[in-house]
Amino acid sequence: MFKTEPIMINFGPQHPSTHGVFRMRITFDGERILDLEPVFGYLHRGIEKLGESKTYTQIIPYTDRLDYLASMTNNHAYVLAVEKLAEIEVPERAEYLRVIMAELMRIASHLMTVGFMLNEMGAFFTPLLYMWREREKILDLFEMVCGQRLTYNYMRIGGLSQDIPEEFMPALERFIEEMPGFIDEYDQLLAENEILLARTKGVGILPPEQAINCSVSGPVLRASGVQWDLRRADPYSIYDRFDFEIPTCQNGDVYDRYRMRILEMRQSVRIVKQAMDQLPLGEVRTKVSATLRPPKGEVYGHIEGPKGELGFYLVSDGSPNPYRFHIRAPAIINLTMFRDVCVGRLLADAIIILGSIDICMGEVDR
Amino acid sequence: MTIALSGEDVARRIGEHLPDAVTEFSETAVFIKVEDVLDIARFLKETPRLEFDYLNSITAVDYTEHFEVVYHLTSITNNHSIVLKTRCYDRENPRVPSVVSLWQGADFQEREVYDLMGIAFDGHPNLKRILLWEGFAGHPLRKDYGSGV
Repeated sequence: MFKTEPIMINFGPQHPSTHGVFRMRITFDGERILDLEPVFGYLHRGIEKLGESKTYTQIIPYTDRLDYLASMTNNHAYVLAVEKLAEIEVPERAEYLRVIMAELMRIASHLMTVGFMLNEMGAFFTPLLYMWREREKILDLFEMVCGQRLTYNYMRIGGLSQDIPEEFMPALERFIEEMPGFIDEYDQLLAENEILLARTKGVGILPPEQAINCSVSGPVLRASGVQWDLRRADPYSIYDRFDFEIPTCQNGDVYDRYRMRILEMRQSVRIVKQAMDQLPLGEVRTKVSATLRPPKGEVYGHIEGPKGELGFYLVSDGSPNPYRFHIRAPAIINLTMFRDVCVGRLLADAIIILGSIDICMGEVDR
Repeated sequence: MTIALSGEDVARRIGEHLPDAVTEFSETAVFIKVEDVLDIARFLKETPRLEFDYLNSITAVDYTEHFEVVYHLTSITNNHSIVLKTRCYDRENPRVPSVVSLWQGADFQEREVYDLMGIAFDGHPNLKRILLWEGFAGHPLRKDYGSGV
């Protein structure tokens, strides 16, 4: 007779499929997962503590380094929270440009998610390079407006750092023209791909009640059938002016989380198109002192980021630095349910479940 | 649009359920006694027409003479929100009841508050450091920890 016993394995922190320095302590029975504990903090830089010694404007580049695959939306969430706290008006043109940037960023982030998820299923880099082809064009657009391809630092309290250059609109028009065709192409390649279906259907099911109870947000929540999107539920900026849908799926499995990203990209294209048509002329920045002193008080501002609810909780004591600077990062909170959906599945499933949650360690560890 | 319920209204509702639990209220927030956190949280979650089923965030602020633990709650069913706060005056050993049994989403967030602010959550199933390593000395987000630069 053989004696068998469960074995504990440290998966990561250095592993290509863990999206950065992320570790899982997994207890296995053969290849089946008995228990799993996510371990993180390897990228902890103490951004919340650092923020307390910076001025409100100086914090903006730090927000770039949270979810570095969606720096524009981080900028957006932060400046909106400060503007709410200090009651600053933003010029119309800046609002529209912010929405354009935020939605382009959402498309870029979703492209990365889908691409890497397929990578983890074994479709090594071929689909990912298709996704990168379009993401590159978005990065080119961002480079035009702020000179950066990853950490943009483009938004300012009261508007934007500068107006868009002449060549931006034609390039954006071209991109928005071709993008639906590319999304169709992904769909054709993937939506009914047998391997993709076999690997993802019915894997990592998250029921809606559990999703809400675990404070899950973003596409992961909507994949479980909960129609909750802050752009509609609690409209910020000028999202109430656009016509778009909040897609949801029903099963809450990995496949649905993949579908959500495809469906959301289409809606983002719709929003950008409308924002381009309505874009007014004018200033892009209200004058705000570099050492802004918001009145005493506190604010919680949240937006629908590509990964979920991105919130900033700021407490002001009337000085130029925030008294408390807290980031409600969607990625770390979405991981709460990770153990529950993995137990009983195989190791290979855990990896694609992690891919479908879409984490970014910059944001998890802060 | 998510409606921010007025602190006064929610304080009145809580008062009907558990008199003396509310210490004060503001336009958007309700302050409750630390020992009543779990009871009030359950009341807010399970009472029809309040139904705060979604916990947006838990965080804490160090006001040097006391800690303030801040809960941002939303009801997805009714699309309204409230801010719940409680104060801890014990600097040596601040303790707050855990709400993980009501909202599992509190799990990592309470661990984070414990790790960085040093507030212990009674009843948390796995209370240990989350971002810093075991054996790290101190709690960096406390104001007496140093400036951080």
